[in-house]
Amino acid sequence: MKIFVNGEIHELEKPVSLEQLLESLSFSEKKIAVEINREIVPHGQYPRIQIKAEDRIEIVHAIGGG
Amino acid sequence: MTIDTPDSLVIAGKSYSSRLLVGTGKYRDLEETGKAIEASGAEIVTVAIRRTNIGQNPGEENLLDILPADRYTILPNTAGCFNTEDAVRTCRLARELLGGHKLVKLEVLGDQKTLFPDVTATLEAAEILVKDDFDVMVYTNDDPLIAKRLEEIGCVAVMPLAAPIGSGLGIRNPYNILTIIENANVPILVDAGVGTASDATIAMELGCDGILMNTAIAQAQNPVLMASAMRKGVEAGREAFLAGRMPRKRFASASSPIEGLIL
Repeated sequence: MKIFVNGEIHELEKPVSLEQLLESLSFSEKKIAVEINREIVPHGQYPRIQIKAEDRIEIVHAIGGG
Repeated sequence: MTIDTPDSLVIAGKSYSSRLLVGTGKYRDLEETGKAIEASGAEIVTVAIRRTNIGQNPGEENLLDILPADRYTILPNTAGCFNTEDAVRTCRLARELLGGHKLVKLEVLGDQKTLFPDVTATLEAAEILVKDDFDVMVYTNDDPLIAKRLEEIGCVAVMPLAAPIGSGLGIRNPYNILTIIENANVPILVDAGVGTASDATIAMELGCDGILMNTAIAQAQNPVLMASAMRKGVEAGREAFLAGRMPRKRFASASSPIEGLIL
């Protein structure tokens, strides 16, 4: 199934939780925040959230800025 | 007031001994960023919120790793936001990213060339964020009426520009900055425009509560040394403001007494 991660198309072979998706992208343990379809997902809820086809996922972090 | 009297900057109920706030953009690498922040003595440090790079090196050091929470107050900004919705969305993501953190730097930009603020959108975003329980430090232009309006909305600090972001042109309109300071009941910080240490001193001598800068340090030939210079410039300006300068006189006034001349 097709989802969008940070604006790019991403194919999933099988249904996964948000936590599993983040692990597969090497993001677990990272200081990130996640939005799915413009709704913020609180950190503790990652294992409970199932990714659905066409979901638009944004993963952000802090970088240098003024 | 003596030189030993504590002189704290209080923002959203928290006291800071440093009046210099620094950004983390435009440095060569994280090592240089860390050294410059250390040399600046800053306790409040701005960061930007951006999409992660998919497929990045998992072991790569993160900016937040060099900014321990027990030592620095992180100030996420809304840089790059050109409308209210994006700015509010960015603040909410920052709050989640930083574990419920309330302090944010709001900037809603109106124009790519000048990076001047979109003041109407800034007012709108400030209202939404204050209602949503954020502590808002707001970047704005040097308009005293708008600065007052932002204070009335409930922003915890108002941060007028001294010159365009990243321009290093210095304090272009000291009289407006002075009027903003005189009208204010919240801290006023110059945000943007400082180019070198004397600019920081001039802003502080006007009575600013603090200065936020990034490019003037990061783009100096030696950023770590400039960070140290800025720290001193801010401190010197603050002390001169508190000391109260002598009046300006058109003609000379001898420093040595006339009495007892051997002539």
